[in-house]
Amino acid sequence: MKRLLSLLTVALFVAVLVALGGCGSGATTPVSTTSKEGQAKQINFFQWTEYTPQSVLDSFKAKYGITVKMSNFSSNEEMMAKLQAGGLSEYDVVVPSNYVVKAMIALNLIEPLNKDSIPNLKNIYGAFLNRSYDPGNKYCVPYMSSPVVLAVNTKKVKEPINSYNDLLNPALRNQIVVVDDERPIIGAALLATGHSLNSTKASALKDAENWLKRLRPNIKVFDSDSPKTELINGECSVGLIYNGEAALAIRQNPDIKIVWPKEGIAGLTIDNLCVVKGTKHEKEANLFINYLLDPEASKAISDVYPYTNPNKAAHSLLSKTYLDNPASNIPLDKIKNSELIGDLGSALRQYDRIWTEFKG
Amino acid sequence: MSTMTTPEVMLLPPDANHQRKGIRLSRLAPLILMVSPAILWLLLFVVAPLVYVLVISFLKRGTYGGVVASFNFHNYLRICDPLYLNIYILSVIIAAGTTMLCLLIGYPFAYIIAKANPRNKNILLTLVMLPFWTNSLIRTYGWIILLRTDGTFNTLLTCVHLISHPIQMLYTNGAVMLGMVYTLFPFMVLPLYSSIEKLDHSLLEAASDLGAEPWRAFLRITLPLTVPGIFAGCIQVFVPTLGYFFISDLLGGGNSMLVGSLIRNQFLAARDWPFGAALSILLIAFTIAVIRIYNHFSGSSLGNI
Repeated sequence: MKRLLSLLTVALFVAVLVALGGCGSGATTPVSTTSKEGQAKQINFFQWTEYTPQSVLDSFKAKYGITVKMSNFSSNEEMMAKLQAGGLSEYDVVVPSNYVVKAMIALNLIEPLNKDSIPNLKNIYGAFLNRSYDPGNKYCVPYMSSPVVLAVNTKKVKEPINSYNDLLNPALRNQIVVVDDERPIIGAALLATGHSLNSTKASALKDAENWLKRLRPNIKVFDSDSPKTELINGECSVGLIYNGEAALAIRQNPDIKIVWPKEGIAGLTIDNLCVVKGTKHEKEANLFINYLLDPEASKAISDVYPYTNPNKAAHSLLSKTYLDNPASNIPLDKIKNSELIGDLGSALRQYDRIWTEFKG
Repeated sequence: MSTMTTPEVMLLPPDANHQRKGIRLSRLAPLILMVSPAILWLLLFVVAPLVYVLVISFLKRGTYGGVVASFNFHNYLRICDPLYLNIYILSVIIAAGTTMLCLLIGYPFAYIIAKANPRNKNILLTLVMLPFWTNSLIRTYGWIILLRTDGTFNTLLTCVHLISHPIQMLYTNGAVMLGMVYTLFPFMVLPLYSSIEKLDHSLLEAASDLGAEPWRAFLRITLPLTVPGIFAGCIQVFVPTLGYFFISDLLGGGNSMLVGSLIRNQFLAARDWPFGAALSILLIAFTIAVIRIYNHFSGSSLGNI
C-alpha cells in the first residue's frame, strides 16, 4: 500500500510538472509570416460547417494574396467554448448567430469593427442592419440568415394553414417534423399564444407550455440534422425547419410550399461576421469581411448554400434557383417585421424546463 | 520522498538510512518508469476531468452560460425534480430491455462460438467484431434506411403481400431498442464467450455419466458457472445504453428523451454546465452502485473477467 502511495505521489508530481510545462506552450501561435508590404499572408476564419465554399476563399487569395484557413464548428456553444479556451489567438474572423453576440461582447470575445475599412456594408439590406442585438452594427456584419420556416406539402394537407394555431388540427396527427431546437419551437408556441418569442413572463411560458402539449400528438419527428428527408420522402407533410433544409426539400418536391404564419417567423436568426478580440491581423480581417460582402462573392456563396442572402447589391446577380425558391428568397417585410431570437440569460433554464417536459 | 521513510528505517543510523533509501529507489526506478505513463494517462485524462465535472456540479450557471464559483447543492436538488422522473424511468426500462434482449440472443450465440472448432471460432469472433470497424453513427443511419416507411423492410414486406400498408417502424421505442441491441451486442457476447469457454467440460461429462439430462446439466452446471460472464455482459450493455443519446435521437426521432440526451441538452442548448455535470455524476454514481452490487454477489472483481 505504502509503495503504491509513493508511486502515485511520484506520478502526481510528474503530472504537475508536465501540466505546468504545457501551460507555457499550450496556445500555439498561428502562422503569421508577413510579406514585404507588411501584409499577413494568412488569416484564420472560424465558420459554421457548410456555410462558405472553398472557391470563395480561393478567389480572395487570388485577389489579395492572403490565404484564408477555415476551421469549422457546428454550434454557437462549441464556438464560444473554443474561443474561451485559448482560441482567441487562433482565429481572426468568427461567425456567431445574433443571440450569442451580446454574450460574446460581455465575455470579451469580439472586437468592435472599424467600419471605414468595410465600405461594402452599404450593400446589405436595411432589414438586416441595426437590429436589437447590435444597435448601429458596432460589432457585426450580417453574413447570411437561416430562419426556421413553415413548409407544407400542399398535396397532402388540404386544410389551409395561415397560423401556427392551424398546426394543432387533429387531422395533422403524427404528420409534423420539427427541428430539435428549443428556441424556435417554443418561440412558435409563444407567438401562437400572442406573446413575444423572447418572453420570460411566467404566464406567457405557461401558455406556451399548454400550447405545446396540444401540438405534441401531431409531431412525428424531432430532427435538426436533416429534417428535409422526412418531408421529401413523405414521412411527414408539415415541417417547422431551417430555411436551407426547406429550400432543398422544395427543389426535390415542388408540392412543398412555404407558408408565412400571420404571427411572424418563429426562429429568425442572423449569422454575423465578427473580428475576434485581440487579433493581430485586423487589417486583413476587415479586408476579408469586406470581400465577403462583395456582390460577386456573395452570389458565389448563395450558389452553393441556399440560405437567405442579406446582400442587396448581389440580388440581381443571384441565380434563378435561389430567387424562385421561397425558402431562400424570403420577402424582406417578413424579416423586417419578425422579432429575432434573443439572448435570455438565466431565463433560458425556464425554456429548457418546458422543452424537457414537452419531449420527455 | 518522505512517504518512503518508514519508522523502521528511521531507527537506523543516518548513513545506513541513506544507503537503504538508495537501494529502494534503484529497485523502484524501473517500476516507476513502467507504470508512470499509465498513471499519468489516468490522472490527466480520467481523474482530472472527473474531478472537474464533480467540482462544476456544485457551482452555478453564469448569466451567459459560463460557470460561476458559488458553492451550492441546488443542481443535485434539481435532479430530484419530478419533471425528470419520467426520463429516468424510460431510460432504465429501455436499458433493461436492451440488456435482456442482448442476453437472450447473446447467450446461445456465445455458446455456439465457444463450442465451435478453433478455425470457425476465430471466424465467428471476427464476425462479431467486424461491425466495430465502421463508425456506429453510420451504422445507425443504415438502420434508418432499412426501417423508414418507404424503406427496405416495408417495401419488401409489401412486395410479398405480407402487409398492405407500410408499418411505422422508425421513430418508435422499439426502433431505439433495436439500435441499442445491435450496437451493444458484442459487449454481451465477448464476456459470455470467455466465461463459457473457461468452463471445465469434464463437469458436464460427469453430469452426463451420472444420468443428468442435457437441460438439467445446463441449468445446474453451465449456467451457475457462467454467471460472472452474464453479470459482466449485462453491466457492459446496461451502462452504455443509458448514455447513447444519438441512437435514441436518430432512431427514436427525438420522441423519447433519455438521460443521455438530457445531459447533452444541458451542455449545449441550455448552456447549463453545472446541472449537466450533476446529472453526469448521478449516472456515474448509479454505475458504481450497479458494479458494487455485482461485486457483492459474485465475490470477484470485474477485472478478473
